Amino acid sequence: MKKLINSPDTLVTDALAGMAAAHPSLAVDLENKIIVRAGAPAAGKVGLVSGGGSGHEPLHGGFVGYGMLDAACAGEVFTSPVPDQMLAATLAVNGGAGVVHVVKNYTGDILNFQMAAELAEDEGIEVASVVVNDDVAVQDSLYTAGRRGTGATVFVEKIAGALAERGGSLADVAAVAAEVNERSRSFGVALTSCTVPAAGKPTFDLAEAEIELGIGIHGEPGRTRAALASARDITAIVMDAIAADMPLTGDLLVMVNGMGGTPLIELYGIFNEVHRYLAGPDVRIARNLVGNYITSLEMQGFSVTVCRLTDTLTDLWDAPVDTPGLRWGR
Amino acid sequence: MDAEFFRAWIAEIAAVVETQRDHLTQLDSAIGDADHGTNLSRGFTAVQAALAQADTPTPGSVLLLTGSTLISKVGGASGPLYGTAFRRASKALGDAPVVDLPALAGALEAALAGVQKLGAAREGEKTMVDALAPAVSAFSKAVAEGAPADEALSALTDAADAGAQATISMQALKGRASYLGPRSVGHEDPGAASTVLILHALRDVAERPTG
Repeated sequence: MKKLINSPDTLVTDALAGMAAAHPSLAVDLENKIIVRAGAPAAGKVGLVSGGGSGHEPLHGGFVGYGMLDAACAGEVFTSPVPDQMLAATLAVNGGAGVVHVVKNYTGDILNFQMAAELAEDEGIEVASVVVNDDVAVQDSLYTAGRRGTGATVFVEKIAGALAERGGSLADVAAVAAEVNERSRSFGVALTSCTVPAAGKPTFDLAEAEIELGIGIHGEPGRTRAALASARDITAIVMDAIAADMPLTGDLLVMVNGMGGTPLIELYGIFNEVHRYLAGPDVRIARNLVGNYITSLEMQGFSVTVCRLTDTLTDLWDAPVDTPGLRWGR
Repeated sequence: MDAEFFRAWIAEIAAVVETQRDHLTQLDSAIGDADHGTNLSRGFTAVQAALAQADTPTPGSVLLLTGSTLISKVGGASGPLYGTAFRRASKALGDAPVVDLPALAGALEAALAGVQKLGAAREGEKTMVDALAPAVSAFSKAVAEGAPADEALSALTDAADAGAQATISMQALKGRASYLGPRSVGHEDPGAASTVLILHALRDVAERPTG
């Protein structure tokens, strides 16, 4: 697999340095591999920190900025960052009102953020952790590590970030983040695997006419394999899986997210199918996002995330945001 | 077994992880996210660098620096889990300048307890615990029965080997492989495989002629 890199070992820092050069609104600490809003901390404002393995760009670093995250920690590709990074980010954005950690539900992320929260509390910083686990492809049972955190992370970071910007308290920001997670569901499909730069070859093999259903965001295989079908049929599988888990009524926020290697023309084709699927008198796609927001390197495929909005959540979604990856209203 | 012995153990782990790096990553590709070998290699390279710089006069101090460095450098689940294992073992050894077999058994038991508490994993869930738990138990039993070092360490590695092999037929209930459900069956758990390497390194270093 061809990659535009200098070396796998320097890829993450090279990209972070590029982010710093491209976006003067961000302060990038290359030593700790964290991206922080320039001018942080904001006195009296709740800090919002997230992080995870790299390879999902624009998540998380591309969502640092006004109305969204205060800091993001970048791990190696598909590998959770370490507690030291999370502590450095937490200290950098602590304005005295506490810090919320947005954690995607993967064993590594959970363990490292847990250790970081303990370290931060030792430093006298109040930390509230919110776990995102929206992926319906994984059974949430005694038999798994629980549902994965995927597309809903974008919604959680946007909406919680808006409330923090408005001066919401630590408890309120954490509560709205948890509410968004509870009201959101996702399902992903891969047409190809992806190649972790340090591994050098695709994580799994898919035949020309095969797709992988129920994938996460790390190039890990999904639950089942199926034959390639039309956009309409694949969208029906995705939406049926989501609808089986959460009633799709009322005002919805819908994201059709590319996994990194699927062109926008196909993503809009999928959005058209989602729109058709959700036709009905008691359901409305009130807000949407179509594009690459939480990716798996160059994987071809997509995921759909649906959030059941409330008036408050819609208002927070519409609030101004100014980040490299999401920008409106300002 | 003194501090030098434990530094030799860690150096042996670093060397073995380097040669087995691609194999571990390959195991992780089948049921995970293809980074286990890379992560451990990065971690133990950092540990070697840290040990070269610091003064570690006791076995406990060697293991403490090893554990702390793994937590700081590895990430993923394996960083906190292996890091905690080494830190707990260090705590069990305290400041003792020399460690005998019963003390080593106690340290390995503490390491296992730390891993199980942090990861909330039990035997049979297709994780590193499936190699570590039977190995620690076999080692402690052999030591309690008065077995000499070579026999006790063979009991340790034999049980770890068998435990890791047994993960092949298990369905993963913890960690990233659990997302695969029944499709995780038929693959060796990468964490169990790296635990085997770490314990074999211990035996290999102990069997080296001294002097």
